[in-house]
Amino acid sequence: MTEINGASVVIVGGGVTGLSAAWWLAQSGVDVLVIEKGIVGWEASGRNGGGCGHVTSPLYAEMLRLWPIMDELLGYPTEFSANRIHLAVTEEQLTVQKRSAAALNPGYRCELLDQKQLRELVPLAGDNVAGAHFYHFGGHANPHRTVQGYAWGMQDHGGRLMQHCAVTGFRTEGERVVGVETERGLLGCDQLVIAAGPQTGHLSAILGQEVPMASARAEMIVTEPLPLMPYGGVDGNGLHGRQTLRGNLAFGGGPHEWLELPEGGVFANPSTPLMGHIGRRLIEMMPKAAHARIIRSWAGVIENTPDGRPVIDRLSTFPNVLVATMSSVGFGLSPSSGRAIRDVVVDGACSFADISSFRLARFARLEPDWRELQGWVALATEDR
Amino acid sequence: MRGLAVVLIDENPVLFKTMCDEVPLHYGQGMSSAVRNRNAMIEAFVTSEPLIQAAFEAGVDVRLGTTCWGLYANGPGVHWLPGTVAGLADEERGWLIGAEHVIVAAGRRDMGLGFPGWEKPGVIGATAAVTLAARLGALNPRRVVILGTSAEALSAAVALHDAGVEITAIVEQAAEPVGPGHLVTKLRAAGCEFLTHHIVREALGRESVEGVLIAAVDKTGRAVGEERRIECEGVVLAVGTTPVVDVLAALGCHIAFQPERGGYAPVMDMDQRTSVHNVFAVGDCAGIWPEKSLDRSIAAGEGQRAVGAILGDAKNYELTEVPEPDVPTYDISAYRMAWVRASVIEARAEFHVCQCEEVTAREILEVRPPRYLGWQGASRNDRSLFSLLDKAPPNPDHVKRLTRAGMGPCQGRRCREQIAALLALQATVPLGAVPLAGYRAPVRPLPLVIASQLLETADQARHWELWFGIPSQWQSPCEIPEFFTVATNEVTSRE
Repeated sequence: MTEINGASVVIVGGGVTGLSAAWWLAQSGVDVLVIEKGIVGWEASGRNGGGCGHVTSPLYAEMLRLWPIMDELLGYPTEFSANRIHLAVTEEQLTVQKRSAAALNPGYRCELLDQKQLRELVPLAGDNVAGAHFYHFGGHANPHRTVQGYAWGMQDHGGRLMQHCAVTGFRTEGERVVGVETERGLLGCDQLVIAAGPQTGHLSAILGQEVPMASARAEMIVTEPLPLMPYGGVDGNGLHGRQTLRGNLAFGGGPHEWLELPEGGVFANPSTPLMGHIGRRLIEMMPKAAHARIIRSWAGVIENTPDGRPVIDRLSTFPNVLVATMSSVGFGLSPSSGRAIRDVVVDGACSFADISSFRLARFARLEPDWRELQGWVALATEDR
Repeated sequence: MRGLAVVLIDENPVLFKTMCDEVPLHYGQGMSSAVRNRNAMIEAFVTSEPLIQAAFEAGVDVRLGTTCWGLYANGPGVHWLPGTVAGLADEERGWLIGAEHVIVAAGRRDMGLGFPGWEKPGVIGATAAVTLAARLGALNPRRVVILGTSAEALSAAVALHDAGVEITAIVEQAAEPVGPGHLVTKLRAAGCEFLTHHIVREALGRESVEGVLIAAVDKTGRAVGEERRIECEGVVLAVGTTPVVDVLAALGCHIAFQPERGGYAPVMDMDQRTSVHNVFAVGDCAGIWPEKSLDRSIAAGEGQRAVGAILGDAKNYELTEVPEPDVPTYDISAYRMAWVRASVIEARAEFHVCQCEEVTAREILEVRPPRYLGWQGASRNDRSLFSLLDKAPPNPDHVKRLTRAGMGPCQGRRCREQIAALLALQATVPLGAVPLAGYRAPVRPLPLVIASQLLETADQARHWELWFGIPSQWQSPCEIPEFFTVATNEVTSRE
């Protein structure tokens, strides 16, 4: 194997956002290289509920167009399944649901299910359910399979991937980053994309314009497989998740805990007994699954910007650097976020949506102690 | 001296229905209906270990039939726990208890080893077979073939023989038995036939094992010569005895491949302390080696050292020097890989290495998506393991996510070591180079209805969010102000 010296576009971060961008760039014939400190999709990209939502995002319409054809475009299965059902266990939840259904853009169809439809579509639900809405849009997919599909698809188009390769610094000339210093040597680049999840803040700070972000832990549980419901994308009662195409119930939610990110590091297994509380809400919503057994739980550490909205923008300090974080809603939007990044890198602007709300300059007046002001700080603890 | 309050948790005797799920051991449906008699099983289990009675009499709160499905502690990634917490469950209840110190003595289990027909009832892990036969008097098969000749395999053979089980043959792919000569001599004297350079080609039988076909193998693991049928009702898998590290690994204790300790085992100091300062590992879960398998006092000494460290009075225990594991006379990495090469890779027909998710060795090594997705015929569905690799050995969790091998309800108990060996063989690296496939709580399958009983504090319930609870995340782009500051953020300040 010949040693890799660099690429026209180097992407730091082998998560779903970086890999989708790389796949779009490779399809455009761009010489692209993704460098990943561990294995692709090992952090939040592989530890999410697989939902394809975020209806208020400017990237949403394009996402809706792309998901149904992603298997074909990538050449690998993503397990995408269309449509969603939200259950309301209490009248209060139903009121909230009705309010947001009424606020939907008229282009998106949604209806309240009657009891008979509800029993047919969600056989695991109980008679206690106050109501449910069926959404004729959105859906869910398998994060692991999708991440690998982007990686393989990118490689099929000539893109390259270096795993187990951590970034140690950057080489700059004037207002340009000309190379990325890594554990495996210097990798030259004409353009650089930083899509490194929680590490994006630290890496952008090195380049003089920090993307403000804080990280928190989110947890999920998975049960043994159960008979398939007509639609897997069913959630509600304070939980997000789905029934997988294999039949497992995979759900998450809960009080999240803001964390200090260790230097360059990630947390191994930070799950907690929250598992039981997720389980309680799950069987309130689907009492017929009460005897299903939890066979795994897991946790992921996920970054958010101060307003919870994405950043896809060039650094003013080094204009050949694009920074990208989807602020905790990365997986579902990944088909279109990658395309937006590709457009900005190649054409200078996004061709299919107005992404001016993703600009980094909106944080120019941010309070330095914004984390404390919002309560996004880690609890003090005695370390073990 | 002050006595500490001690709670002793043991999942034994395991419920019949849990055994049916192959949890926590590979019972291979080899248990008799006697296991359904709960009182008889409790009595048999307590009688089989006099120290249980001794602990009870010393005032220990002994909880049999109770599972520890998770341990939790604060660390860099978790800050909210009140301290070290154990998750427990019995048949009806789930709850948490706190502890100042935890000693884990979770024992051993057996590496699974597939061959055509290995899913049939009667193919049993050695630890399960010995537990059923010698401790519970509840093993169905009366005539068995044993695979493997390590000290642990031969001790299992002796225990089964002593329990009245007929050992028709002891099959070993290596040229010679790898365990202690005195046990070989003893078993030969008892009439056991040793078949070295042999493997099981297939387990035969309709409802359950009725016999096996065995064949000689050459040095590369290929079957050569005539096959021979041996009548038996059980096949006992004893090719790799491994420490049960699930609850330690799920907690985040440092676990490393230590061939002198039987494979992946916790990294400990001289006091049996793991990398988590108040969690200790003793007995088989802390390491398995020939001398320790034959001499109970070594494991007992580990327990005393842990207690000495907890009480800070180690000198009271008159312990001699810490016994060092005697390095096995064979290379356990090469030995286990040789078994998998001969039995799985060179098998005469495909079978499911992961029985829960029905994944074959070829599907694992070609990283194929599960068959129910219907992608078998796709043109680009020909990725190999090498397409995942980059300057690092294969990671079983990466393969698991894509193939589902090891993802089922038995939680990988029957396939994880086999899959590690398959990956090591394919990537031509030693077994220890393949990372330990992750363990996650609950380390025993836990019904939602039991998990849901864990107490939720009012504070936790009040802060429950579907996602991160950031209202501005859901604002329409046209509502976004030019500059975001916390002070001017109306959606947040409305909260």
